Amino acid sequence: MAEELLKIEHLTKRFEDNTVLDDISFTVRKGEVIVVVGPSGCGKSTMLRCINALEPIQGGKITINGDEIVYGSKNLSTLRQRIGMVFQSYDLFPHLNVLDNILLAPTKAQKRKKDEVTKEAMELLKRVGLADKAKSYPRQLSGGQKQRVAIVRALCMHPEMMLFDEVTAALDPEMVREVLDVMIGLAKRGMTMIIVTHEMQFARAIADRVLFLENGKIIEDADPETFFENPKTDRAKQFLNIFNFERE
Amino acid sequence: MPDLGLDVLFKGKNMIRLLGGLWVAVRISLIAVAISIPLGILLGIVMTSKNPIVKVITRVYLEFVRIMPQLVLLFIVFFGATSALGINISGELSSIIVFTVWGTAEMSDLVRGALISIPKHQYESAAALTLTPSQTYLYVIIPQTVRRLVPLSINLITRMIKTTSLILMIGVVEVLKVAQQIIEANRMSSPNAAFGVYLTVLLMYFIICWPISMLAKRLEKKWG
Amino acid sequence: MNWDFIREYLPLYKEAALLTVKIGYAGIAIAVAVGLLCAVALYFKVPVLRRVVSAYIEISRNTPLLIQLFFIYYALPKIGIPTTPEGCGVAGLAFLGGSYMAEAFRSGLEAVEPIQMESALSLGLEKSQALTRVILPQAVSISVPAFVANVIFLLKETSVFSAVSLMDLMFTAKDLIGLYYKTTESLLMLVVFYLIILLPVSILGSILERRLRHAGFGS
Repeated sequence: MAEELLKIEHLTKRFEDNTVLDDISFTVRKGEVIVVVGPSGCGKSTMLRCINALEPIQGGKITINGDEIVYGSKNLSTLRQRIGMVFQSYDLFPHLNVLDNILLAPTKAQKRKKDEVTKEAMELLKRVGLADKAKSYPRQLSGGQKQRVAIVRALCMHPEMMLFDEVTAALDPEMVREVLDVMIGLAKRGMTMIIVTHEMQFARAIADRVLFLENGKIIEDADPETFFENPKTDRAKQFLNIFNFERE
Repeated sequence: MPDLGLDVLFKGKNMIRLLGGLWVAVRISLIAVAISIPLGILLGIVMTSKNPIVKVITRVYLEFVRIMPQLVLLFIVFFGATSALGINISGELSSIIVFTVWGTAEMSDLVRGALISIPKHQYESAAALTLTPSQTYLYVIIPQTVRRLVPLSINLITRMIKTTSLILMIGVVEVLKVAQQIIEANRMSSPNAAFGVYLTVLLMYFIICWPISMLAKRLEKKWG
Repeated sequence: MNWDFIREYLPLYKEAALLTVKIGYAGIAIAVAVGLLCAVALYFKVPVLRRVVSAYIEISRNTPLLIQLFFIYYALPKIGIPTTPEGCGVAGLAFLGGSYMAEAFRSGLEAVEPIQMESALSLGLEKSQALTRVILPQAVSISVPAFVANVIFLLKETSVFSAVSLMDLMFTAKDLIGLYYKTTESLLMLVVFYLIILLPVSILGSILERRLRHAGFGS
């Protein structure tokens, strides 16, 4: 079995009196693709934001390769460079063109050489089919193109793992596929990923493990086959039924 | 503790005199506000007209009045009227005229802005329901613009009150003039009176304007 | 209209206008710096400092420039802070303008989507890098219309400088009216010179505003 990369122990997150994440523990191994599903407001997105220390936590411990991620700590920016994150939308920088969006963090935060990063960025853009958009500005791109650029921008930092927060939720249906294909390509290359999504067929195709979250708790943690065919809990069955109904 | 000249304020009727001077300034702004708000609303509606002549005239008026410093406008009326028309207008009347002309321009621009921010389909659906233009304004458009307008007009009042401090410059005896007189009269007994007296005048304006700005801010948040 | 009179006193107005412009832009430059600092302090909710900044903004915005100038010029020397007319003009304008600029930049900062900050941080940028490279460039361009409006407002406000014995345009006009009773000519030159100072800024402002409204980055 591959080594442990990300370890989450007893993670608890509260917004005032409202407990959003309630004593969550799980481990992500190197190269593993974890898909997190669950009803809206179950805490999926908050969990990803806590892993990237965008939110303070009220209890528990998050470590990547043994290094603890602490909200507000001094070395946070170096830790964050090891975890790539792509958001639902609107996170490209509108005042920079595609290439500059990608180059900003590698050249400023990692102090890498511009030529070297440009070369890598162009290769990655080519891989996602956007080489000709390097000089375009975000507002000239479609939603799907923007998300592919956002993925490239995160990859250029050479992260040890990637977090995807409902990256297709704001897209028109015909653009969802092009983004999901890029993520499947990443999985094939062995990228470690945690994906929050509502696309159940995609979840089933890409996941090594599915976590089902409800009311801030993990109530199922299973391989996709088991989760989608034989969910253990009634809540998971009900949840999956809603999607089946929609698909019919 | 150095002498800050605060004792002067409590001598004789000095405080009352200062407040009296403040009232002169505030009264002028209140009169100007009372006239410019209705005039401004009227002009604002006129300005949404499609007639090119109306558009040009109102535009020129608006731009000129808004680009000139208010003090220049005060000079034009106060000094200009005497020489051009041969009539002598008091500083106080000049101030009311200028602040009304200026306030009307500012108000009309606010009204025009609020009116054109109402989406076109509001007019169209009102027309489709066979409301007359005046009914459309009365029942559909005006209620929607009022919420946008009220905080902005309240802000205009504080701007007006602050600007009335300028009337000192055309010789109206208001709070700053009274302050100067008090300082002058006490220059021997209390050489530092300037500090206490001007600080007091500054605070007086603050005490008047601040609550009004807060009210505007609160309404803006509530209705925004 | 007495054109000889106008010709004779034109240089006097020119000099006065130059003084207005010099002190005006010096004050505005400092106001911009003060405004940026205040806006950033408010945006990041810096403890203590944000309260000081809020108090400053309220005092500055709710009192007239004329009285601020009187206070700086006549009252501050009494507690041992000496001022010159020029220094007083610059300081007064900076004190007033700082709060207006702060509000302009603050609303610009708030208009930038919070996710911009988060995605910059999640890429591993330091907070200060995220601010200068990602947030500020966007905020500043959003606040251009408010910024230009403030510049015009502050240039107009300079008209009260004569109250602290600066020989500006108002001083010159009043002087000539008092000395020679050439009211029409004096007022005409006054208006013309203010138009020369203010119209270009106003026109530039509306051009910038139109371009920002219809375009944005990348067109």
